[in-house]
Amino acid sequence: MDIIAQIEAEQIAALGKTIPDFKAGDTIRVGFKVTEGTRSRVQNYEGVCISRKNGKGIAGSFTVRKISFGEGVERVFPLYSTNIESIEVVRRGRVRRSKLYYLRARRGKSARIAEVTNYKTKNDA
Amino acid sequence: MRSGIIAKKVGMTRLFMEDGKQIPVTVLQLESLQVVAQRTTDRDGYTAVQLGAGIAKAKRTSQAMRGHFAAANVAPKRKVCEFRVTEENLIEVGAEISAEHFIAGQKVDVSGTSIGKGFAGAMKRHNFGGLRASHGVSISHRSHGSTGQCQGPGKVFKGKKMAGHMGAVRVTTQNLEVVRTDAGRGLIMVKGAVPGSKGGWVTVKDAVKKKLPEGVPFPAALKSAAAEAAPAVEASEGGEA
Repeated sequence: MDIIAQIEAEQIAALGKTIPDFKAGDTIRVGFKVTEGTRSRVQNYEGVCISRKNGKGIAGSFTVRKISFGEGVERVFPLYSTNIESIEVVRRGRVRRSKLYYLRARRGKSARIAEVTNYKTKNDA
Repeated sequence: MRSGIIAKKVGMTRLFMEDGKQIPVTVLQLESLQVVAQRTTDRDGYTAVQLGAGIAKAKRTSQAMRGHFAAANVAPKRKVCEFRVTEENLIEVGAEISAEHFIAGQKVDVSGTSIGKGFAGAMKRHNFGGLRASHGVSISHRSHGSTGQCQGPGKVFKGKKMAGHMGAVRVTTQNLEVVRTDAGRGLIMVKGAVPGSKGGWVTVKDAVKKKLPEGVPFPAALKSAAAEAAPAVEASEGGEA
């Protein structure tokens, strides 16, 4: 293993995070630490994951889109951010693309994603 | 003024900090970095240390350099560099420098040979704006435009920025922060980018434009000294005994 991969593997181990198996199309809830002055609390952000980038490594990130007060909002989270308290999969979606950027142009009924009821988790050892 | 070091650029990654910040870092590695020679005032008229890094095959080292390394009693090196130091900061020949030479939070200047870009146009080489996409401009959208006045000077001034060879020159990036050091593997992590390609040699020195912080080892952090402190970890590397 080269040194960069070693450093990244060590860091992932040191951060000790468990990332659930999720992909684009899934509805997820992200618990994000917010600091207001001296107080810090966890803010939940729930929406559809429309893209995952740069794999499962330390550089990985994902985009979550939701409609907030009638306005589309997207947030990009680094997968291993220390500000993320938790990632929960709320609903598995059936999609045929890895990036769901087409959802940006859609509203309401056409922006729906069918649910996968018989989801099988991938065995990645 | 203490010695710098020679390191190999390994690549870039990121570090996540406790406060949620991410820091982009370049990983530099020290490869059997040893003092090969000293320059002294009586003999050379100035004081400096000559360091060598990397492991070179003896049969691919020239006879002259083999003799030079043999005189210092060190293995042949891939890269040899000189660093000017003050007299009290001279390091003994044969001593091996460790990554703890720099401490976290310190600022350093990193020099290396930048990635060659070949013959590049004025837009890429000097950030010129180019010509317009429309309004009658034909063929010359990426050209540099005018190069001077009229019959007045009647010539193009020397130093005029034009297209030409770009990159593959020695570049120094100043005031980069040392984020972390790892003496075991000989790694130094520096915040931000460093000139050159992966696997290229760079020299790292204390920043000339920043004050040196407290706790920096003088004249250098040596591997054998660290081994003495924690016995039987590392075999003593000559010279320092």
